[in-house]
Amino acid sequence: MTLPPFQALLDEHRADIYRFLVATVGPSEADDCFQETWMSALRAYPNLRRGDNLRAWLFRIAQNKSIDAHRARGRRAVPVAAVPERSTSSPADADPELWERVRDLPTKQRMAVFCRSVLGMPYDELAVLLESSEDAARRNVHEGLQRLKEELS
Amino acid sequence: MNDIEMTLKNAALDLPTDTPELTGRAEAEGLIDVAYTSVDSPLGPLVVAATPKGLVRVSYTEFRGEGEVLEDLARRVSPRVLEAPARLDPVRRELDEYFKGRRQDFDVPIDWSYLAGFTREVLRATAHIGFGEVSSYAGVAAAAGSPRAVRAAGNALGSNPMPVVVPCHRVLRSGGKLGGYTGGLERKEFLLRLEGALL
Repeated sequence: MTLPPFQALLDEHRADIYRFLVATVGPSEADDCFQETWMSALRAYPNLRRGDNLRAWLFRIAQNKSIDAHRARGRRAVPVAAVPERSTSSPADADPELWERVRDLPTKQRMAVFCRSVLGMPYDELAVLLESSEDAARRNVHEGLQRLKEELS
Repeated sequence: MNDIEMTLKNAALDLPTDTPELTGRAEAEGLIDVAYTSVDSPLGPLVVAATPKGLVRVSYTEFRGEGEVLEDLARRVSPRVLEAPARLDPVRRELDEYFKGRRQDFDVPIDWSYLAGFTREVLRATAHIGFGEVSSYAGVAAAAGSPRAVRAAGNALGSNPMPVVVPCHRVLRSGGKLGGYTGGLERKEFLLRLEGALL
């Protein structure tokens, strides 16, 4: 089995991975998560057994890094600080309200909504990414969108 | 597509796509098995690649596309191939000097470990042919320890993964005919003229 040169993966997916991280962890932590994602991918790459579904593999790593960031933020959070620490006028975070809501979705829904609605990922690939059935992947997209709709209306 | 999906799609268009730099950290952590970059030369653009041990590839981009070269490196050396020009700065500098006539020998280390057997012996022998000198296929076969393996020596030279730096252009057919060159005979003639071995 041959894996493509890593640079090809980077060229193809770096922008989508970065957008995913900005949307799901916020602009202030996206850069760190982005670096961590690609360093982890580079470390593991030569030992991959399969060269298919590389995008799903990369997004799963990015998802793990975003979960780590969420946890770290949870640990840092101070109960009285109800004011959001991110500036709402940050140019890197074009629609803070919308992405804040996306960030608050359960992990699988967050992933499913972004990959399906923004990237147009096919359901079979999304199922690989979520380690679920295609039906479950559909449900995650549907429920995530439903919840966003309710919260934003 | 429902409204909320449209809202997400449109909002995503405003997300930044200018991504942070990665190669500095990847290099510092020893995660780049093959670094490559493109170098301009009078013979057209070259792809040059190096492992942490030394140079592994010089290739004429017009002769063989960059994608094909990178896939070959991924298969033969490691799939951890990244565009990381800093590692190639020394070879870029030496190639520049060579093409400007200010350098006769290359000092950059060569990583021989991905060449096996007779090919490696032939190319190592070729690396010892000096600037402005020429040898023959029979000559390098002998220098590689197998004087009768002239045809095999020719094949080894034809597969030279580091032309210019390993100067296979200095190997001619017995009797002074040019012989072949991977990259095209006009390039072989250019290099021999540059070195004053061909008038």
